[in-house]
Amino acid sequence: MNHKLIELEILRYRPEQDQEPWFQNYQVPCEEDWVVLDALNYVKEHMDSSLSYRWSCHMAVCGSCGMMIDGDPALSCKTFVRDLPERAIRIEPLANFPIERDLVVVMDDFVEKLERVKPYIIREEDKPLGEGEHLQTPAQLAKFKQYTLCINCLCCYSACPQYALIPEFIGPAALALAHRYNQDSRDQGCEAREDVVSANEGIWDCAFADACSLVCPKHVDPASAIQQMKISSTIGWYKNLLGLKRS
Amino acid sequence: MNAKPYKREIPKSTWYLGRRRDILHMLSEISSLFIGIYAIILLWGLTALADGPGAYQLFLQRLTNPLSLGFHWLALAFALYNSISWFNLTPKAMPVQLGENFVPGYLIVAAHYVAWACASLFILFISGVIANG
Amino acid sequence: MNVVKADIVIIGAGGAGLRAALAVAEHDADLKIALISKVYPMRSHTVAAEGGAAGVIKEGDSLEDHFNDTVSGGDWLCDQDAVDLFVNQAPEELIQLEHWGCPWSREQDGHIAVRPFGGMKNERTWFAADKSGFHILHTLFQTSLQYPSITRYDEYYSTDLMIEDGRCQGVNAIEMRTGLMHLFQAKSVIVATGGAGWMFPFTTNGAIKTADGMAMAYRAGVPLKDMEFVQYHPTGLPGTGILLTEGCRGEGGILVNKDGYRYLQDYNLGPPDPWPRKKAMELGPRDRLSQAFWHEQQKGRTVTSRWGEVVHLDMRHLGEKKINERLPLVRDLAKSYVGKDPVHDLVPVRPVAHYMMGGIHTDIDAATPIPGLYAAGECACVSINGANRLGSNSLTELLVFGGRAGRHAAEYARENPSSSPEDHILNQAQEARQRITDMFLREDSGENIALLRKEMSATIESGAGIYRTEDTLRETCDRLLELRSRYAKIHLEDKSNVFNTNLTYTLEVGSMLDAAIAMAYSALHRKESRGSHQRLDYTNRDDENYLKHSMAYYQGSEEPRLEYQAVVITRSPPAERVYGGAGK
Repeated sequence: MNHKLIELEILRYRPEQDQEPWFQNYQVPCEEDWVVLDALNYVKEHMDSSLSYRWSCHMAVCGSCGMMIDGDPALSCKTFVRDLPERAIRIEPLANFPIERDLVVVMDDFVEKLERVKPYIIREEDKPLGEGEHLQTPAQLAKFKQYTLCINCLCCYSACPQYALIPEFIGPAALALAHRYNQDSRDQGCEAREDVVSANEGIWDCAFADACSLVCPKHVDPASAIQQMKISSTIGWYKNLLGLKRS
Repeated sequence: MNAKPYKREIPKSTWYLGRRRDILHMLSEISSLFIGIYAIILLWGLTALADGPGAYQLFLQRLTNPLSLGFHWLALAFALYNSISWFNLTPKAMPVQLGENFVPGYLIVAAHYVAWACASLFILFISGVIANG
Repeated sequence: MNVVKADIVIIGAGGAGLRAALAVAEHDADLKIALISKVYPMRSHTVAAEGGAAGVIKEGDSLEDHFNDTVSGGDWLCDQDAVDLFVNQAPEELIQLEHWGCPWSREQDGHIAVRPFGGMKNERTWFAADKSGFHILHTLFQTSLQYPSITRYDEYYSTDLMIEDGRCQGVNAIEMRTGLMHLFQAKSVIVATGGAGWMFPFTTNGAIKTADGMAMAYRAGVPLKDMEFVQYHPTGLPGTGILLTEGCRGEGGILVNKDGYRYLQDYNLGPPDPWPRKKAMELGPRDRLSQAFWHEQQKGRTVTSRWGEVVHLDMRHLGEKKINERLPLVRDLAKSYVGKDPVHDLVPVRPVAHYMMGGIHTDIDAATPIPGLYAAGECACVSINGANRLGSNSLTELLVFGGRAGRHAAEYARENPSSSPEDHILNQAQEARQRITDMFLREDSGENIALLRKEMSATIESGAGIYRTEDTLRETCDRLLELRSRYAKIHLEDKSNVFNTNLTYTLEVGSMLDAAIAMAYSALHRKESRGSHQRLDYTNRDDENYLKHSMAYYQGSEEPRLEYQAVVITRSPPAERVYGGAGK
């Protein structure tokens, strides 16, 4: 297979040694069907074992390997070197998150927000297992299926200008997950999530920049989830005002 | 403690200048400023109308000064930009599901243009009726 | 040294670990659970499973059929009491998942849909498009968020089990963020750390599948059972090893060699038509399909591609609509990674190391021989999979045995408060920590850990691949012991504390070496061919001498001690495995 020498410009940060992050360059002989992750693995195995980054599945389903590649958030296992311009590839940790070490970011804020939106089936009464499955037609499944596809890669948070400016913003992935449950015919937890979802730092801090949906590697379209919730939340608010049940 | 996370700051007032998509987004946001000012001008016009034909004529005359014209062209451009980009995004906010499938986005966008055209025609018609009647 | 006290510690937060945590939380809300994982739970490799989870729910299917398919699929090495329990509990577990929100694919009337799968007489594989593992994992993880008794320790790398007074009372784990070692002290411990595919050069497995839990239990004195049985998945993408689900074939995909010929009919899996047909041709068991590839390769009938020898998976006749609906991920993967669109092109595939049937020896309650220590999931071996696992049994296995491990570990914790003096356990923890600290202090011996790992995987592939002989196995065994002694001198190039992946990489290689040694020696001493363990020098199945499990016991730098344990046979005596035309 053909090898081509590609330059990687990687943002390093070792908290015990560095005051600030700095760029380190590597020349990597890349094969023609490599992804950026393959190049990083080459660096780690042959040139610099201290380079730290997260990765696992190499098939864009685990969500570990999100990072900034030439200024845009992407999965390094799904970004092909052949698709990038012919110059040094700039690799940095995901934007809008503190850097823990090299390309590893601190994800605590996201995890906390994910938990906050109550992303699980909430029912008044649980159906006994002996009665079998809840019936759910393909049409009912289609209503929320798209929003189940999030792999929690955090690329949307890195792209979102609101999250960059307003750290309290709950953010695209967490809100999309709330919408996923709200739309699931088996769930009755819309009201339970309402306080969190329609708080200022919930859907209303979203300015519909749509950057999240543009970068989402799984085409979840979190922006659509948020706008739909804005509408349903508003209608619900008016219904409430008029003394009608929310939904 | 060994851990010392590093926070990268972004410039709060100029962050969007680095990328075309971000600039366009900010322009879309800033359009609200122009549309807001236009709304105030309309209100001003309404009060002038209430004060009588003389006051209204004066208002119309003031509108023709070059600064005002410049503003109105700009506001129109922003309003169009905002409306068109907004219409293009409507399928996301209001998906229409038919069975297992979704109505294609372009149909929803088209429906908005049609509604806009109808609303505009209706207003023109009513203005015509009032002007002639 | 910081000590975290809990009632139950669970190591690994994939499907089995999360299911265990949920079982404990539901069984007894007062028990404090410490759920430790070296990655965030949604990164666990359960996420990559595609095809589905088997469970009997349709008319015309029966528990007896599922039992028989599993036992014969496992070439009669399965413990039949365990398989009985497994098939019985499977449907309920899958319904529980549905109640927890798993977006199973449905029939038009809203009932669960099932698809045909390899080696199964009837359709019983529940699926969620072709991302079943992803949906199962996320459902379990998100459901777990509502239980306050579960405290997660994300990105803590576990290193050593604490066995004190003959029972397991905790584990040491490195907090990746700070590099500090913590002792997690508990009344019972569940290991759910997954398999060891990463020891092979080509695997469907992610980088985190490094036998850590297997090695920890092994070093603590628990035997590793049936390690020689390694499943090669017949349809992995060449180069990357990325998995293309068996569901491709369940939906009607076929395998052809360089002549466009459906070669499986030459290997007792035919006749080719009618197609699709259960338990025949491409829906035969995985070991047979992978072995057929090897034979085709020997005959020179495989396709030479830029990634090496492959065969072709043909799904063109399925049509775009069906592929988009049922195999969307497969289409995306094939297009992205090998540039072929299954709707229009033949997709190159080859067998790739995929699953470890063997693992930590447990009984039917997920308990290891060490009191207080349990194991579930791919890292464990009950055994329900025997010598060859049927596709879609392992996702169900996570649920059934993850749940059992949780409930039994909870009962044990309730009934057995700790009696050991705390400073004894702490001393042991500090001693174990020293092993890691020594790596930081060691001088450069000239060994490169990445090269050592490559040597390890190369010798495993050449000596202990799909087909094995006495000579190749012996060479691999010797080589592995040699690599292990070189590993004992390994130093760390990166001596930092914060998120040191050079350290974790190095420790993972150590885990894989231990597991590989157990595997190679178990294979060397099993002088028969059964299921996925195929010997060119002993081509037949030998029920007289080998209807038993291999149990490898850790002997440090020496070769493992092998013992054997009889397989539990209840009502299905060993017979011939029949697939193809006669396999009804």
